[in-house]
Amino acid sequence: MDILVSSLAAGLLIGMVLALVALGLTIIFGVMDIVNFAHGEFLMVGMYTGLLTAQSLRIDPLLTLPFAAIVGFVLGVICYVGFVKFLLRGPMVAQLLGTFGLMLFLRNLALLIFGSEDRALHHGLLVGKSFDIGMGVIIPATKLAAAGLSVAAFWAVWILMNRTKIGKALTATALNSQGARYMGIPTERMNALAWGIGGASVTIAGALIVNFWSVNPFIGLLFTMIAFAIVALGGFGSVPGAFFAGLVVGIITEIPGIWDFFTYTFNIRWMANVPMTSFKYMWVYLAYFIIMVVRPRGLFGWKR
Amino acid sequence: MSGRQSRPGASTSFPGSNGVRMNRHAILETKDIKVRYSGLAVLHGVSVSLEPSETVCVLGSNGAGKSTLLRAIMGAQRVFDGQILFMGREIHRLRTEQIVRLGIIYVPEEKMLFTPLSVEENLLLGAYVLNDKKEIQDSLDFVYNLFPALKARRGQAASTLSGGEQQMVAIGRGLMSRPKVLMLDEPSLGLAPLLVDEVLGTVRELKRQGIPIFLVEQNVREALDLADRGYILQTGRIVAHGTGKELLESDMFRTAFLGI
Ligand SMILES: Nc1ncnc2c1ncn2[C@@H]1O[C@H](COP(=O)(O)OP(=O)(O)OP(=O)(O)O)[C@@H](O)[C@H]1O
Ligand SMILES: [Mg+2]
Repeated sequence: MDILVSSLAAGLLIGMVLALVALGLTIIFGVMDIVNFAHGEFLMVGMYTGLLTAQSLRIDPLLTLPFAAIVGFVLGVICYVGFVKFLLRGPMVAQLLGTFGLMLFLRNLALLIFGSEDRALHHGLLVGKSFDIGMGVIIPATKLAAAGLSVAAFWAVWILMNRTKIGKALTATALNSQGARYMGIPTERMNALAWGIGGASVTIAGALIVNFWSVNPFIGLLFTMIAFAIVALGGFGSVPGAFFAGLVVGIITEIPGIWDFFTYTFNIRWMANVPMTSFKYMWVYLAYFIIMVVRPRGLFGWKR
Repeated sequence: MSGRQSRPGASTSFPGSNGVRMNRHAILETKDIKVRYSGLAVLHGVSVSLEPSETVCVLGSNGAGKSTLLRAIMGAQRVFDGQILFMGREIHRLRTEQIVRLGIIYVPEEKMLFTPLSVEENLLLGAYVLNDKKEIQDSLDFVYNLFPALKARRGQAASTLSGGEQQMVAIGRGLMSRPKVLMLDEPSLGLAPLLVDEVLGTVRELKRQGIPIFLVEQNVREALDLADRGYILQTGRIVAHGTGKELLESDMFRTAFLGI
């Protein structure tokens, strides 16, 4: 039983972080219909920012979040104003290849600066600590904190999008940018802001993830693909959809643990012979394919 | 943003005016503007003007360039030659949102509502350039007063409204920012005759309140009856101009619209 509960708990916790990872992707897509292939590289930037500021300033990794947020916001705005803005005038394929190029650029830049080796945090208030929540279920403190802070960040962005004038203007830009301009909304600035918010939310997620995950210049793709799966599942452009789909995907990544539970509880011999942990992310993509075929606008899609 | 609250008709001074002022009385005018779509000329030097408290209609057959003219005024279409002046100030190099802030509102032919949002959310977005809560509430009251039907449907998604109600939202949303000039592009498009009368009745009411209006319409007679003056646009050129009566009697009008 404990293995089932701890798998589900771990799945939900990582799911909350993954929801924050996907948030920026869905916002950017929602506002200007562009898929950012470099999204995972933004996360990588957040991981390095968290790691390096924690190490160089000798502060707790959790205190690096504001730095990560600022770096992500500035990176997002610069990418939009300096690059993506021009892509939007081109055909769809230029936009796809363009952000793909951005991904390669950021990845190789990281390779140049940091080298290819894995780096990890070894200090910090929470690193190595864990909570025993009963029934033999032990949860690492870093994951618990990352999940809690992710939900807080997600909630803050949701409030910004839904309860403020700027958020309404972003929504209007997303729905009909020409119509928004006729209302006096500066849509170019809204696009830049969407990239800023998208960048900041994913770098915050990165600075949280680096507490329990080592970073290297190639880490981005994994998260880009997970974020794609979440956004597809939750509906392109949907913020609440990203949250719930994040939880679903988090639990899916724990399928190996759940598999083990059934294997050992019911002593099913053939199940024990399947090397489940090596398939961890396969289930995510399987869910992605199924949802794209069965319900292409996602579970909560509101756009189109 | 001072002076925004004063209804345009009352304003005779031209605050912040610069540049050459050719027509002392015009609140909005275009001078010989030319517009091209990817090289193809659509407006070949169009000059129109709108004076305070005036309702002016622009008539013309499909494809004449009426919407293009209004889009050019809004900065949504690049003007490659000529001038556009608003209260004596050049505006043809400004961005759309800057022009809106100056007080020109365009209600496009396509309405461009934010369809998944509610009626009231649409209206409030129309007040984006206003900051004062009281002012926004007053605008909302004004619009609900003008269109009581919208008040009853304030929480309903704009996509679920009838065509006539959607047009009311489009016009109401345009009025929320208390424009100094209102430009309506075929507000009666696609409406049943009874609703056409209702929408044009609203335009008449706005005219009575002294809001300067540029009106593009297909219902030629009603538009000329309502407007103080009219222009006839034919393949990108103004071919006739005058009061409603003058135009109705002109040869140009007869050949353009009545086929006589
Ligand atoms: N975005 C565009 N790209 C290329 N050509 C355009 C574009 N918009 C309009 N045109 C062309 O410019 C001409 C004028 O169009 P416009 O929409 O201004 O006409 P209109 O007088 O408003 O017509 P309608 O009564 O049908 O609304 C038309 O020939 C049209 O095909
Ligand atoms: Mg038109």
